[in-house]
Amino acid sequence: MSILFALAGNQNSGKTTLFNRLTGSNQHVGNFPGVTVEKKEGRLLLKKDAFVVDLPGIYSLSPYTAEEVVTRDFIVKEHPDAIINIVDATNIERNLYLSLQLMELEIPMVIALNMMDEVRASGNSIKVKELSDALGVPIVPISAGKNEGIHELVDVAIKIASEKQKPKRQDFCTGEIHKAIHAIAHIIEDHAIAAGYPVRFASTKMVEGDEPMQKELKLHDNEIRLIAHITKEMEEQLHTDREAALADMRYQFIEEVCAKCVVKKGESLEQLRSEKMDRILTHKYFGIPIFLGIMLLIFILTFSVIGAPLQSLFEQGIDAATGWFSDWLTGLNVNPALHSLLIDGVCTGVGSVLSFLPLIVLLFFFLSILEDSGYMARVAFVMDKLLRKIGLSGRSFVPMLIGFGCSVPAIMATRTLSSDRDRKMTILLTPFMSCSAKLPIYGMITAAFFERQAGIVMFSIYVLGILVAVLSGLLLKKTVFKGNPVPFVMELPAYRFPAAKSVLIHMWEKGKDFIRKAFTIIFLSTIVIWFLQSFGWNFQMVEDSADSILASIGNLLAPLFIPLGFSDWKISTALITGFTAKESVVSTLTILTGATGDASLYSALQSLFTPLSALSFLAFTILYMPCVAAFAASKRELGSLKGALLTAAYQTGAAYVVALLIYQIGRLFVG
Amino acid sequence: MTLDQLTPKKSATITAVGGVGALRRRLLDMGLTPGTKVTVRKVAPMGDPIELFLRGYVLTIRKEDASNIEIHGVMDV
Ligand SMILES: Nc1nc2c(ncn2[C@@H]2O[C@H](COP(=O)(O)OP(=O)(O)O)[C@@H](O)[C@H]2O)c(=O)[nH]1
Ligand SMILES: [Mg+2]
Repeated sequence: MSILFALAGNQNSGKTTLFNRLTGSNQHVGNFPGVTVEKKEGRLLLKKDAFVVDLPGIYSLSPYTAEEVVTRDFIVKEHPDAIINIVDATNIERNLYLSLQLMELEIPMVIALNMMDEVRASGNSIKVKELSDALGVPIVPISAGKNEGIHELVDVAIKIASEKQKPKRQDFCTGEIHKAIHAIAHIIEDHAIAAGYPVRFASTKMVEGDEPMQKELKLHDNEIRLIAHITKEMEEQLHTDREAALADMRYQFIEEVCAKCVVKKGESLEQLRSEKMDRILTHKYFGIPIFLGIMLLIFILTFSVIGAPLQSLFEQGIDAATGWFSDWLTGLNVNPALHSLLIDGVCTGVGSVLSFLPLIVLLFFFLSILEDSGYMARVAFVMDKLLRKIGLSGRSFVPMLIGFGCSVPAIMATRTLSSDRDRKMTILLTPFMSCSAKLPIYGMITAAFFERQAGIVMFSIYVLGILVAVLSGLLLKKTVFKGNPVPFVMELPAYRFPAAKSVLIHMWEKGKDFIRKAFTIIFLSTIVIWFLQSFGWNFQMVEDSADSILASIGNLLAPLFIPLGFSDWKISTALITGFTAKESVVSTLTILTGATGDASLYSALQSLFTPLSALSFLAFTILYMPCVAAFAASKRELGSLKGALLTAAYQTGAAYVVALLIYQIGRLFVG
Repeated sequence: MTLDQLTPKKSATITAVGGVGALRRRLLDMGLTPGTKVTVRKVAPMGDPIELFLRGYVLTIRKEDASNIEIHGVMDV
């Protein structure tokens, strides 16, 4: 029979590193249903019929964040055979706070006491045997980073899982809290069993005043009243409220245990080193310039110095393969429609998206170093004040900056944000940061209309995107994302050297993710667009793309754009093809206007637009729904097609309104 | 006195944690319980949030949220 382990622990405790040690690259990454919380599963390297699920990094089992709720639900409803609780030994007090709550779930549990190499190097020590006795669960000292103790950990985990060895202790309290928990346990016992919750866990949650738990237990009114009475009495006796009482109880117990079992001479070497590094990296005057400098460096390296040559090499490879494939098809004498489908549709469409792969992998190389080293938390610390006004925290700054390069990795990078709400909002706002694929459109329009004002027009484009993002943030904060944001109470972990293995696995995973998208949703949509573009309503291939189905759809949509000042079907058709990739807007306009070169394209554009409607068109292209690759990324990260569609609808709506305002207000001045 | 008023390089002991809901619970869960000693390490470049040291680790919170935390016994470190 196969064994299922749940890996749980605080953020920055080394959970990802341990998971990678346990599973190698044998991982499956997805989302927990309905939320943006990542779920990773893998098969154990050391035992083939054992699986481990990496739960989100959390500090408690409160009912307030998606991560905590997901963890609770997973453990209670999926019944893993054992919990592997990873604990950062250099920060043991706060880490054990979660352990005490996990123990109440009545599932066999082992503590993996991580970062022991650092404890030793700092001259400190932990009496593992005594700690294990005090807590009533087995403890295995490990160092995930140095690959020490992993075998022992797996052995113990398998042993407790097969022997169903539950934590020996759950009672860490005395006096009033003890009395209250036990009194309530009697009242709710049947309900808890019926709802599938461990009685002790449910009872503690009721003492804490956990509303979701109260609902799940389906208590009767008189029982609720009785519980309220018991907790009230406890609060009066203790002169404090229920939540504080329990937090305090847990921490007091932990303090006592640590006083006996942890020998600490002083701050660890890592902490002293981190403090020194922070004197520069979060310095009052240098902190922000250093951050911007680092981002600039990453940008230059990714998008030009290393990325650009890699990308063109990749493009050449794809072109060569496409050419070879095309010749082969010609040799086989295949039907021209099929030939066109495979070459013009599939190879060109998927190929143009795939050429972004080197950029994505490279970008995530840098991002995972920023993340794993602990620097990303400092970015949040330094930039928080700026983003707070639109209801986000400083951490969202990085995906947004990346958005200026490409929305796809930017959206993929939201996964490390700390709350469901922040992730959703950042995914929605990031595409407003004008990405580099839109540059050809701006280039075309400015060359045709604003030659002399090119600089100021380009600048305004970027400012407009940012402005719309800020206004949207303010609007969303007041409407869709109303309610309390997840509080910004964040650990600044010690700076650590990222594990090469983690960085590589991260790059591999993001690359795989992107390729999968390229061959599914992007593949499909390029075929659809190709079909619409190459066929007429009689399902015959058309000579002139003006007779295609796409052109007639463009025709149908054209009146919608009259209020924006551009009503020609060629423009609306080009906007539709922009969905496969933004550069396509330019190539479609070139084809449809029959332009033979830049000069003739510009003169054709001058007959399609006035300078004012060209501006409104620009505004629309900056803001309207992103390309299919970005759409696919947002569907993946949001974990829902509906969410991705709503996001795209909002973006297109915003684009429409802004372009409308520009054109209509502009008309008052230009007449 | 509340925690947001504590200046860098000073420490104090928490006497009470106010606020409601998710925020308050988060503060408690992170170990900001009554009786705990905290030190303010620094203030972010834009003047907010602040960096704290408590229970052997470093935590950052916004001043607005820190104003829910009552402290006493201010000392230099
Ligand atoms: N010295 C040391 N560093 C470690 C150990 N385990 C993880 N790390 C490092 O700690 C940092 C955070 O680890 P990570 O696995 O990303 O933590 P997570 O946030 O819990 O997933 C990374 O830079 C790791 O390389 C360890 O046992 N010893
Ligand atoms: Mg991690």
